[in-house]
Amino acid sequence: MPDLLLELFSEEIPARMQAKAADDLRRLVTDKLVAEGLVYEGAKAFATPRRLALTVHGVPARQPDLKTERRGPKVGAPDAAVQGFLKATGLKSLDEAKIQRDPKGDFYIGLIEKPGRDAIDVLAEILPVIIRTFPWPKSMRWGARSGKPGSLNWVRPLHAITATFGLETEEPDVVRFEVDGIETGQTTYGHRFLAPSAISVRRFEDYEAKLLDAKVVLDPERRKDAILTDAKQLAFAQGFDLVEDQNLLDEVSGLVEWPVVLMGSFEQEFLKTPDEVIRATIRNNQKCFVVRDPKTGKLASKFILVANIEATDGGKTIIGGNERVIRARLSDAKFFYETDLKTRLEDRLPKFEQIVFHEKLGTQAARIKRIERLAAEIAPFVGADVAKATRAAHLAKADLLTEVVGEFPEVQGLMGKYYALAQGEDASVAAACEEHYKPQGPADRVPTDPVSIAVALADKIDTLVGFWAIDEKPTGSKDPYALRRAALGVIRLIAENALRLSLMKVAASALGGLSAKPADAQKLPSDLLAFFADRLKVQLREQGARHDLVDAVFALGGQDDLLMIVRRVEALGKFLDSDDGKNLLAGTKRASNILSIEEKKDKRSFDGAPDAALYSLGEEKALAKAIGVVKAEAGAAVAKEDFAAAMSAMAKLRPPVDAFFDKVRVNDDDTRVRENRLKLLNEIRSATRAVADFSKIQD
Amino acid sequence: MDASLPAHMRPERSFQGFILALQRFWAEQGCVILQPYDMEMGAGTFHPATTLRALGPKPWNAAYVQPSRRPKDGRYGENPNRMQHYYQFQVIMKPSPPNLQDLYLKSLAAIGIDSAVHDIRFVEDDWESPTLGAWGLGWECWCDGMEVSQFTYFQQVAGFECAPVAGELTYGLERLAMYVQGVDRVYDLNFNGREGDAKVTYGDVFLQAEQEYSRHNFEHADTAMLFEQFKMAEAACRKYLDAGWREGGNRKQHLMALPAYDQCIKASHVFNLLDARGVISVTERQSYILRVRELAKACGEAWIHTEAGGAA
Repeated sequence: MPDLLLELFSEEIPARMQAKAADDLRRLVTDKLVAEGLVYEGAKAFATPRRLALTVHGVPARQPDLKTERRGPKVGAPDAAVQGFLKATGLKSLDEAKIQRDPKGDFYIGLIEKPGRDAIDVLAEILPVIIRTFPWPKSMRWGARSGKPGSLNWVRPLHAITATFGLETEEPDVVRFEVDGIETGQTTYGHRFLAPSAISVRRFEDYEAKLLDAKVVLDPERRKDAILTDAKQLAFAQGFDLVEDQNLLDEVSGLVEWPVVLMGSFEQEFLKTPDEVIRATIRNNQKCFVVRDPKTGKLASKFILVANIEATDGGKTIIGGNERVIRARLSDAKFFYETDLKTRLEDRLPKFEQIVFHEKLGTQAARIKRIERLAAEIAPFVGADVAKATRAAHLAKADLLTEVVGEFPEVQGLMGKYYALAQGEDASVAAACEEHYKPQGPADRVPTDPVSIAVALADKIDTLVGFWAIDEKPTGSKDPYALRRAALGVIRLIAENALRLSLMKVAASALGGLSAKPADAQKLPSDLLAFFADRLKVQLREQGARHDLVDAVFALGGQDDLLMIVRRVEALGKFLDSDDGKNLLAGTKRASNILSIEEKKDKRSFDGAPDAALYSLGEEKALAKAIGVVKAEAGAAVAKEDFAAAMSAMAKLRPPVDAFFDKVRVNDDDTRVRENRLKLLNEIRSATRAVADFSKIQD
Repeated sequence: MDASLPAHMRPERSFQGFILALQRFWAEQGCVILQPYDMEMGAGTFHPATTLRALGPKPWNAAYVQPSRRPKDGRYGENPNRMQHYYQFQVIMKPSPPNLQDLYLKSLAAIGIDSAVHDIRFVEDDWESPTLGAWGLGWECWCDGMEVSQFTYFQQVAGFECAPVAGELTYGLERLAMYVQGVDRVYDLNFNGREGDAKVTYGDVFLQAEQEYSRHNFEHADTAMLFEQFKMAEAACRKYLDAGWREGGNRKQHLMALPAYDQCIKASHVFNLLDARGVISVTERQSYILRVRELAKACGEAWIHTEAGGAA
């Protein structure tokens, strides 16, 4: 079967857009082919800075013929209806129609045969539409045609379109179409500098090979592999290790068609600047890699650049130029760093009085004061020294006003730590300057130093309570203040450090510190708690754990100790994995179902203790006794926070519950016995509530 | 590069030779070579030859040097490459020709940057000027890791769609010349290409000015006067715009877009001075930018109702 080759040759496509564009091109073309009945065998798309390319192989040469039936008017219908039917189906007369009988009468049925079209004609129709409506994140107009309405929008000026279709054994045909004055053909171009001439291509195989000859590596994965291998080798040859950086690798591979990896140096004296600052400078501004000395783990005074040409001087000029720029950048960074060291962190704080954190939540200075107070309050619960926690909260944000962080926002926190250590702060205080931002995401490390924990919690809870108070909660996909991340951070800080903290109390206290007072201040802590419950569910779901159990535990009410909630959920999950758990759940659900039916029937509830005198059967007495024992044992275990033991106690309920349902008829003829048995069922439900609300658990 | 040039005119030896080489190159591409606009402005884009001429249907190809004033970037002459006054070389071609990238690369060759040994790259950089109500897509052009030019396809200027689109190139002249001459400090650039006693450096020409203007911009610029000047320029701009509509404001033909736009340029520079003096707060800053933008937009609207702006 024939193959399609499509190439869109343009001016330089932004690196960050290339991968998605290739993927979009593949998806859009193949979806459309399938929709047109052209089921292909395989497809692959590629991007370089100057081209998007797609190969689809095994495309049928023709669409299948389509036969459809169309129901027409009733036999004997007025002529207007018959004429309409003939026109719609293309039949010459009613003789060509079938008659079909159904309960409503006899109807004409027209058989429409639509012969399949040649795939190349279908392609000529769908490809220009895809090009015209291509989903670039940002696109533009250019050239003389942009003066007229309806001109093509593309990411950067589009220069040529190659589109061929045909069998491997034959000379393929050009898929003929035109977009904004660009006619399709078989001509593309090689590397901008190394082989700029036109190249005539037939199909994907010779296209990729000819491009390679013309110094273009089409496949981004191959470019990445080449860069990584060469960079590692170059570093290794000098006795260094490459500091790998996937995002940078992705980006630089989108900036070159012919990667040439080179190594440059800078002066040793720059290494006095922290490694992270050097790396940020070299990476962000110059898109170069850094290398480290494997013996010390520290950066070496070398960098690795990826050029786009094989220079006639072997790269000497390119290295020299890059070294000049990097030297200038590093000397700026060094200057920033040294300037920063001249001012103590606390001396920067008055500036925060001029900086608005959020219009409704006051200045950064006010926020820092709130975090200080909250950190001091939380400190005793997490085993942190109150004075240190307060000091850390006082200084933790100060590095935002330093030159280095102004230049490289990604080293915020880290610079705070360096500057705190440099001015002789306690090690925990300095660590908290960095770690209070953590954890930043599900994969980030959770701090363990109590001072860091106290400030991290205070920072996140102040943020959450603040935005809750001004009603800026996350909605749908919108979470501009990263509140979901903050809540997950709180959960992980508490759970992974096994902390005991009443979230309601902390939230209420944080709320007290705000100048903005929401109308429904009373409700806020519990609303926020529900948000935590949601985040906990999401987290459990992501870990593959049962998230309905979170609801079962929260439904008990008054649960605001996250650690206990997590422990309870874990124990409950284990219990429900056992046979005892599964059967008890089934029994409890059965009891609940019967109760809710009967409660509806009688329009009353069956609360209150059953009357022991009314038990007539052994199974009733046994169940009543078991409930008493289990309630006491489970209650005691819960009081000791031993949820596993509480679950084991629960397990004892299973045999008497099973026996009860086996032998006892709840709806006894004697109304008093019936009522009593319903009360007993209610007792099962209430006994299980010692650990969770079983009705919230999904089967 | 032209081999017949005398040594002191070669772009790799002489700053002025460098500028002349660029001018000559673009003149050969059919650009009119303009002289700098006679007003203080933050970038070559503000020149009416770019801002206003980018609007409307008429073809327009021009190139010029424009001194750029960035009061905040002054460093009292102590920084090796930051200055409150420097030169931009600006090229505008409307509609953007299909081979604009090639022309750009050839212009680099004309100033001695050989693509066989230099690594030249087009790195994504979307351009936006909030004060001009303008945006475009393009690149920063890198030479061996150094940004040497901005390359932009204007999509919108003064709030109006560009139809057709103009291509704009901006070369940072000092930076490029430093690279070509191989000096690390801008003040060490050889300005006239001569040696010995006859040599004049960039520092000879501009160092004192940098020191004086830094003092002025950061310490002494008369803020009360500047606030007043901003208001006056704004009011004058409005006044000329109102008065310029022909036949009593039928809004079909405008006769004074250029003088009005001068006042917009003025307001913008005065704002930059006030900003450098640190007397404009963060929130006020936004509103000043917005006020200049409103002027720019109104001037753009007037311009497209002039003859050069394409009005019938």
